[in-house]
Amino acid sequence: MKGFDVTVKDVSRAYGAFKALDNVSIEIKKGEFFSLLGPSGCGKTTLLRIIAGFDSPDVGSVLLDGRNIIPLPPDKRQVNTVFQNYALFPHLSVYENVAFPLRLKHIPETKLDTKVRDYLHLVQLDAHLDKKPSMLSGGQKQRVAIARALINEPNVLLLDEPLSALDAKLRQNLLVELDHLHDQIGITFIYVTHDQSEALSVSDRIAVMNQGVVLQVGSPYEIYESPATDFVARFIGETNLFPAVVTKCEAYDKYFMTTLEIPELQAEIKVTDYDELKQGQQVSFTVRPEKLKITGHKPSRVGKDINLFSGVVEEPIYSGFQTKYYVRLDNGTVVKVQMQHTNYMDEGPDIEWKDQVYVSWSAEDGYIVEVIDK
Amino acid sequence: MMDPRESRGRRLGVTYAAPMGLWLTLFFLVPLLIIVMYSFLKKGLYGGVEWEFTLSAYQQMFNPNFMRVLLRTLWVAFISTVITIFLALPCGYAMARSKHQTLWLGMVIIPFWTNSLIRVYAWIAILSSEGFLNEALKAIGLIKESLPLIYNQGAVVTVLIYMYIPFAILPLFTTIDKFDFGLLEAARDLGATKPQAILKVLIPNIRSGIITAVIFTFIPIFGAYAVPLLVGGKDSYMIGNIIVDQVTKTRNWPLASAFSLIITLLSTLGVVWMMTASARESARSKTAPQVVDANGGVV
Ligand SMILES: Nc1ncnc2c1ncn2[C@@H]1O[C@H](COP(=O)(O)OP(=O)(O)OP(=O)(O)O)[C@@H](O)[C@H]1O
Ligand SMILES: [Mg+2]
Repeated sequence: MKGFDVTVKDVSRAYGAFKALDNVSIEIKKGEFFSLLGPSGCGKTTLLRIIAGFDSPDVGSVLLDGRNIIPLPPDKRQVNTVFQNYALFPHLSVYENVAFPLRLKHIPETKLDTKVRDYLHLVQLDAHLDKKPSMLSGGQKQRVAIARALINEPNVLLLDEPLSALDAKLRQNLLVELDHLHDQIGITFIYVTHDQSEALSVSDRIAVMNQGVVLQVGSPYEIYESPATDFVARFIGETNLFPAVVTKCEAYDKYFMTTLEIPELQAEIKVTDYDELKQGQQVSFTVRPEKLKITGHKPSRVGKDINLFSGVVEEPIYSGFQTKYYVRLDNGTVVKVQMQHTNYMDEGPDIEWKDQVYVSWSAEDGYIVEVIDK
Repeated sequence: MMDPRESRGRRLGVTYAAPMGLWLTLFFLVPLLIIVMYSFLKKGLYGGVEWEFTLSAYQQMFNPNFMRVLLRTLWVAFISTVITIFLALPCGYAMARSKHQTLWLGMVIIPFWTNSLIRVYAWIAILSSEGFLNEALKAIGLIKESLPLIYNQGAVVTVLIYMYIPFAILPLFTTIDKFDFGLLEAARDLGATKPQAILKVLIPNIRSGIITAVIFTFIPIFGAYAVPLLVGGKDSYMIGNIIVDQVTKTRNWPLASAFSLIITLLSTLGVVWMMTASARESARSKTAPQVVDANGGVV
């Protein structure tokens, strides 16, 4: 693996009394595609600017391959940035924008020319060398910014929401290209986004941030399937989340089968967990809409580990490959259920508005989050 | 057939432009034509002109004394403009980046509320041999004898810079204010030092502001007459002074007109040259990679 590892150690940055970053520590591995994910204003750009050298932390350090880079100015760090608004030089052509870092280093003309053309080829801009940035489309601008950031052969590439200004379709394509590019050059990518699906689809690991704090660092799978806090559960994808109290916890196979009392559902449900929990403990319970099964008839056999509720379809939302149902359970609580349309033959009769339905899920598909007072 | 809407739009446009056109004709074009005319007429005995065509004003102009003044005027205007721009650039930059823009703008504009002659007299009070500056330097013991700070070329340049620096700061401030400072960060990120980022990214992007500032300072300085008269010495005479002398003392109106025409002509040529130079520059930076294309043979 090429590239450097990046260690952010106890970094805090305050603007007046407002803490933009609060004791942030992250370890990013060599060559990793690492995402910083969080809602707008959570401090992602602030952290990126500190790594790039445009801002310095009040306390804490940033290590690049083990070396503290806080004292270095931005031009002396082997880090390059693709800016949120691209920051292309409007007075220079595409070619000269990409050549800019090389001209600063007085690279001989022939060598410079070859290299600039190589990098513009890499991002498929061979046909637009002479255009000024104002003549380019959003996607093309973004590619110029990437070529320009890569031509210095940095060890770490920082990308600040590089796709946020583009439309959904183009975003998907460019995301895939970005992923290919990462595989091709193999340096460390630190990718900032507030779009969870973007982060989930390309990252090796993700750090989820909120209000200047890192809530969880993990693989997309870990982040999605075992969110560390309520916030992570809600922010990553959709979910059903309820406060709950542990009533019983007993060994079950390799895990523990936990029974939770959920006041909102006025019921007890079962969920498996790796940790043994104490009776009376306050927790949150979450189950993703796609893990819920919706049927028009009562399932004939209900296993010991199945949670079953009945209710009425309040609102079906059809979106092609799937339908989302808002189901009002008998006790009045609304849950979200998602059904994938893979194959209509297996699905049975359509479920429609006001239909009486049954909602069920297995204990293994639910998840206990944020174990308060451990 | 012309779209009736379009022809109506055009007629409206003419209507809107009429007051402006009238204004320009009355107060710019007509006086200019009078000056052109006078410069080709014979000098009247007590001022004014006699209606007789002659080139004598132009012949008198090519006199080594006058030429010296013309060259000096060009030189003073040039050097004052260069220094003004160099001082105004960091000022405009600091103002654009400051949180208190209105405050700074006010500070730049407030001096205009005082008559410019009074401000020149203030400078006399500062620079003269018993002025504030000399007395202050004596008081702190840096000098014993007064320095010759006034009635020389240095005083003229200093006061001219003082008078016209707001005209440079304002256009520079407005263009720098529109500049995206993120571009400087991008330049730093790509390996440029601070001065490199300023030189290679800021300056080319605020070129229009620099050109405006140069025009706004060079042209009035080129025609200055009060400042050299009041704080200059014998060798500080500028074309403006010659014109005033020709009108009020020597009463040679045709010669005054000829000099006025020269000022107008040189200034216009200067402006046109700068504008085309900037247009050429931007055209060149656009075609530069194409030259490389021809050599490289790719694309
Ligand atoms: N120069 C500044 N002065 C004061 N507050 C600032 C400054 N820069 C950022 N902030 C604040 O710090 C917080 C974090 O800002 P930051 O730009 O890092 O957010 P972000 O996560 O990148 O958001 P987005 O997704 O909208 O880009 C915000 O609440 C912002 O208002
Ligand atoms: Mg941001």
